[in-house]
Amino acid sequence: MTFWILAPVMVVAALGLLFVRKAVHAALLLAIVMISLAVLYAVLEAPFLFAVQIIVYTGAILMLFLFVMMLVGVDASDSVVETIKGQRLLATLGGLALGVLLVLALTQGALGAAVGLEDANDGGNVQAIANILFSRWVFAFEVTSALLITAALGAMVLAHRERIAPRETQADMAARRLRDYAERGTHVGPLPPPGVFARTNAVDTAALLPDGTPAEASISRVLAARGSVRAVPAEDVEQVRRQIGDPAARPEGGGKSGATASTESDRNLDRVEDDRGEGRP
Amino acid sequence: MTEYIVLSAILFTIGSVGVLVRRNAIVVFMCIELMLNACNLSLVAFARQHGNLDGQIAAFFVMVVAAAEVVVGLAIIMTIFRTRRSASVDDASLLKY
Repeated sequence: MTFWILAPVMVVAALGLLFVRKAVHAALLLAIVMISLAVLYAVLEAPFLFAVQIIVYTGAILMLFLFVMMLVGVDASDSVVETIKGQRLLATLGGLALGVLLVLALTQGALGAAVGLEDANDGGNVQAIANILFSRWVFAFEVTSALLITAALGAMVLAHRERIAPRETQADMAARRLRDYAERGTHVGPLPPPGVFARTNAVDTAALLPDGTPAEASISRVLAARGSVRAVPAEDVEQVRRQIGDPAARPEGGGKSGATASTESDRNLDRVEDDRGEGRP
Repeated sequence: MTEYIVLSAILFTIGSVGVLVRRNAIVVFMCIELMLNACNLSLVAFARQHGNLDGQIAAFFVMVVAAAEVVVGLAIIMTIFRTRRSASVDDASLLKY
C-alpha cells in the first residue's frame, strides 16, 4: 500500500529533475525522492538503512549540494542551447529504450514469494547488520576508512586556494583610508547609518541629509545592488525640512567644511553639525 | 517484490537520461545520486527477497561511497566554477581543443 502511494510520487519527482530550470528546485525534488526511498526501506524491513538514508543522504549530502549551490550562485540555471546537435532527442530515445528494456526484462521472470527478513532480523536489524559487517565484510569496512580519508584530503586540496597577495590587515586598511582622505578627500570616519532622519530604523531606508536628499552612502551596497531600497516618504522629508528650516536660505557653514575639497556627503555631514550647533542656544 | 525492482529500474533510467540531458554540473551530479539511490532500492529489495542481509550491507557501502564521491565531486565543481565562473558542463571543454 505504501509502495503504491510513494512510487508515483517518486517517479514524478524524478521526472521533475529532468525538467525544472533551477538547480534549487532539482535539489528539493531529489529530497522528495530520497525521503520516499527511506520510507520504502522501512517497508522493506531495513530500519537501519531507513535512518542512514535520512541522515546521510537527505541530511548530509543534500545539504552539501545546497551549500555548493549557495557558493556557485542560486541562479546558475541551465542553458537551453544544444552544443551537440540532436543530443537531447537521442538521449531521450536511448533512455526510453533502456527503460523499456529493463522493465520488460524484469517483468518477464517471476521472482517467486519473498523469503522475508524475519529470521535474519531476529534480535534486531542493527545487531544483525553489525554481526555481518564486522565479520564477513570487515575488510571492506576497513577499506572504506581509507576511502573516506582520501575523500576528505581530496576535498581539502581541491577547495584550498593559495593566497596570491598578502592579507590586508587592519593597519593597512586604516592607512588606505587616510591616504584616500589626503588624495581625494573622502570621509575618514565610518559611513552614516541608515534612516536617521527618516522616521524609521529600517536598514533599507536611506538617511536624509539636511536638505532632504537621501544619503546614498547610508545604505548597504548589497541592498542597493539587489534593488530593495525603499524610497523615503515625501511627507517625512517635508517635515524634516520644516523642523530644521530651509538650508539653502542659510549662509554656508564656517571654516571647517570649507577647508579642503570634501565630497558631497562630507559637506552635508558638516552641515548637520553646523545646524545642530546653531539650533542649540 | 517485482514492483520494487521495476521502480528501481525506472528511477535509474530517469537518472541516466538526466545525466545525458542536463547541462548544469550540479544537476548532473544529482542525477548520478538518483541512479545510486535506485541501485540501493534494488539491493534492499533483493535482500528481502532472498532473506539475508548482504544486500543491505551492499546498500550501506554504496551510501558511504556516494558520500565520499559527492564531497570530491562538489569540490571539483567548485574549483571549476572558481576558474571559469560557470557551473555548466559545456564550459569545461579545454581538453577538446
